Amino acid sequence: MCLAIPGKIISIEADEQHAMVDYGQGTSRKVNITLVEASIGDYVLVHAGFAIEVLDKEEAQKTLAIFQEMLSQEENI
Amino acid sequence: MFSLQDKNLANKIIKHLQPNKKPYHFMHVCGTHQDTLMKHGLDDLLESCNIHIGQGPGCPVCVTTPYEIEEMLLLAHKGITVASFGDMIQVPGSTMSLQQMKTEGGHVHTVYGIEDAVALATKQPNQDVVFMSVGFETTAPTTAATLLSEPPENFSVLCCHRQIPPALEALVNMGDMNIDGFIDPGHVSTIIGAQPYEALSEKYHVPQVIAGFEPLDILMATWMLVQQCEHQEAKVENEYHRAVRYEGNKKAQAIIKKVFTTSDVKWRGFPIIPRSGMLLHKKYSDYDARIKYEDLLQPLQDKTFNEPQGCRCGEVLRGLISPQDCALFSHQCTPEHPVGPCMVSTEGSCQIAYRYRSN
Repeated sequence: MCLAIPGKIISIEADEQHAMVDYGQGTSRKVNITLVEASIGDYVLVHAGFAIEVLDKEEAQKTLAIFQEMLSQEENI
Repeated sequence: MFSLQDKNLANKIIKHLQPNKKPYHFMHVCGTHQDTLMKHGLDDLLESCNIHIGQGPGCPVCVTTPYEIEEMLLLAHKGITVASFGDMIQVPGSTMSLQQMKTEGGHVHTVYGIEDAVALATKQPNQDVVFMSVGFETTAPTTAATLLSEPPENFSVLCCHRQIPPALEALVNMGDMNIDGFIDPGHVSTIIGAQPYEALSEKYHVPQVIAGFEPLDILMATWMLVQQCEHQEAKVENEYHRAVRYEGNKKAQAIIKKVFTTSDVKWRGFPIIPRSGMLLHKKYSDYDARIKYEDLLQPLQDKTFNEPQGCRCGEVLRGLISPQDCALFSHQCTPEHPVGPCMVSTEGSCQIAYRYRSN
């Protein structure tokens, strides 16, 4: 139920409340974007037809490095 | 870009956890976390490190009460068009599921989200449509946003939304089991942020980590919980930085506050959990199916509806037993012929166990 799928906003509808979101592999769907501040090119988490959050690209790219750093900090204690 | 697959790093985390001799019992409250744990064999891997992670009441369809299902069945029986998520439609009620009512001619629709239910109402203006809105804080803002967009008059909502933090407190308070820490649900947390969990850590000294849904997210969150336990800390940490901000989604929170009020509500398997329910605010009573159809629903008042005979979903939802401890599991109760909701829902512990551990 709380499953949310990440996808990329490829266009915004004329009503400015919906956007087409590309989930990759040729799948795209119209999604309500009124819960977020999102623009074309943003990656959003989509749940039950609504974008619920914009994914932070920088944080996503840093995640593995952060994990490595945390683990090595423990090794050094 | 969002793929988090690094076998070496996973092995490194496990290596850090392996010297652990003290047993830890952690709980998560999200079916998607359970899916990741079992799909990738992390449950067995962590058991080998003396760490048990169980699923609590983290499946909105599963915690919806038999009474709420009867409300929908009665509305459908009276000729009203009813709509909800696929899993919800299939949960057995006292005599039948909504799915069975559909095969008997009831106007029952499976929808992907609330906007599809509004589209149904728009398409057939002479027919009343009720959407059964189940879900935690992740789903509640989708209901709120839709009601704020002024859907047609023939549309209403049977509100069954519930909030996670009060349920975590209830689990700790009930004292049925020792919980050394919680893995908090990532997508609920995108909406509410980290702050609503903090009182629990402060009051009961329970460590918590908000986690994402990749195998590495779960392993890292587990390691972070063990770190807190070993250092006698109890705080809320966020492992899922790429999606969860400390303050959450303020826009979604604002509309939740506008549309809902908090209520005391029963969860399947639990007694009434104070302040865990979400009712529609008086201002939106025109869209509140319980008010709109008060007379139709009146025959249900004062009635109680029990769990199906032999079904132990209540104990599964409280984390007291594993699905395999239930005598019905994989015999009388299967995804094709479910007895209880935990076998119906793709987020339910029983269906997940059946999917990955049943021969």
